[in-house]
Amino acid sequence: MPAGLARGITFTIAALLAVIVLDAAVHVLMAQNPFGGPRPAAEPQVGGIIGWILAKQSEFYREMSTTIRAAKSDGSAVWTLLAISFAYGIFHAAGPGHGKAVISSYLVANEETARRGIVLSFASAMLQALVAVALVAVLAWLLSSTAKTMCSAEKAIEIVSYALIAAFGARLVWTKGGGFMRALQAKPEPAMAAAHHHSHGHDHGHHGHDHHHHDHAHGHVHDEHCGHSHGPTPDQLAGPGGWQRGLGAIFAVGLRPCSGAILVLVFALAQGLFWAGIAATFVMGLGTAITVATIAVVAVSAKGLARRLSAGSEGGGALIMRGIEFGAAGLVLLFGLGLLFGYLAAERATCL
Amino acid sequence: MHRLLGLFLLAAGIALGAAPAEAHPHVWIVAKSEVMYAPDGSITGMRHAWTFDEMFTTYALQGIATKTKGVYTREELAPLAQTNVESLKEFNFFTFAKADGKKAKFEEPVDYFLEHKDGALTLHFVLPLKAPVTPKQLALEVFDPSYFIDFKFDDKDPIKLVGAPAACQMRFQRPNDDTANTQRLNEQNFMNGDNSNYGAMFANKITVNCP
Repeated sequence: MPAGLARGITFTIAALLAVIVLDAAVHVLMAQNPFGGPRPAAEPQVGGIIGWILAKQSEFYREMSTTIRAAKSDGSAVWTLLAISFAYGIFHAAGPGHGKAVISSYLVANEETARRGIVLSFASAMLQALVAVALVAVLAWLLSSTAKTMCSAEKAIEIVSYALIAAFGARLVWTKGGGFMRALQAKPEPAMAAAHHHSHGHDHGHHGHDHHHHDHAHGHVHDEHCGHSHGPTPDQLAGPGGWQRGLGAIFAVGLRPCSGAILVLVFALAQGLFWAGIAATFVMGLGTAITVATIAVVAVSAKGLARRLSAGSEGGGALIMRGIEFGAAGLVLLFGLGLLFGYLAAERATCL
Repeated sequence: MHRLLGLFLLAAGIALGAAPAEAHPHVWIVAKSEVMYAPDGSITGMRHAWTFDEMFTTYALQGIATKTKGVYTREELAPLAQTNVESLKEFNFFTFAKADGKKAKFEEPVDYFLEHKDGALTLHFVLPLKAPVTPKQLALEVFDPSYFIDFKFDDKDPIKLVGAPAACQMRFQRPNDDTANTQRLNEQNFMNGDNSNYGAMFANKITVNCP
């Protein structure tokens, strides 16, 4: 395949990809009617894998209260409770949720490894369980607060958590935007390059005016990878400070406790089996972490694949990679803003 | 072709992450409702009785002081009932009415109270219409668009028409009725985000036709 054609195809796909991602983002933002009323829309029925996941987690969740009640007289029921909680955690995270989306987008936006994706998933899930236990222990157990107070606390944590995601996304957009702009400037009219030879002349002419890049253009025009010379390198991104950024992701995602966990904990507390509720919450977190980690690894692998496949297209690959990272960073910001301003449906706090 | 496949995979990965966050129910309500009529045959509002599941009941009751342990009087539950109806406002009381295709709006609830019986809380409230209507067809839907709450109407006497003209006919359709010729939610329209009205597939539909 001629190099020019290959690059043309790559850019077409990149453009399509951008449209798909944008489309998904717009749908996400439009998904929740801010006025809460129903929309005149076609009414679908649940079917297929998603429907099955929803049915399963619903089933497991409902079994939890029965099992906790049973555990009062029969200690062995605690094992059943833990098994159900684990399964619930796995299925709960398999349904769409912002935590998984933010972690995956964060991993794609950065040069993160699959291993770090797994660590982030587990750390944020454990923090989430910890926050739920702490909230119920302090408010319900120590202070005997009412549901109204608990709901206010949940909502306050929620706002902080969403603001954190937005701030985190804004920072990613800021850093990734720079890399993307540099990649763009390095290849101003990439799709125009019809043939390899033509591309050479074009690059040469352009860089002739730019003293900063002059030498570079002369020496390496044939196999130049603009992203590597003009944008940040993977080493720089994964270098010092990488874990600090990761910590930001853990807090942004793990701060908001799961409503289901809080209900289970309060119920267990009322049954005099708070410890069983705590164990269930952490096992639930473990299940969630496994699913989120799996999705995170898929996201990281997909990006790796995209990098390898676009690497052959002389320089354009770098633009695509920076573009994907920029898009993913933008998604994190959109998630944060969407959640913060209520355009994006998240799991509701238990307020009635 | 590899290139296409790879980018498709990536797009799918991102789309998966970006799909709208939908919840499964955390609260279950068994509902009994009445459509209220004035003597002149116009519809004045709805009377709901919503019984919460065991887990939510426990959650809602925490921290409420009682004279007798485990016995909650209507007075002791009054502040909670107040909180409930105030919170429900944000969700339009999960009750959506159309009179001859035109949206009918409800006022703030009146006559609300909580009742604790057999370990379950029941919220009673009356939802008056802003203006009484006398439509040929009244279409009511009770559901939570985000499906945090699952509404199931009681098996016995789910809906009653109170004081309706004799000629009026009521039809009640539960969400899992196969009679509805509806589009299926499959992976495809789930992925492309076309589930903005996700909870609607769990709607309870009440239609009252008066000639």
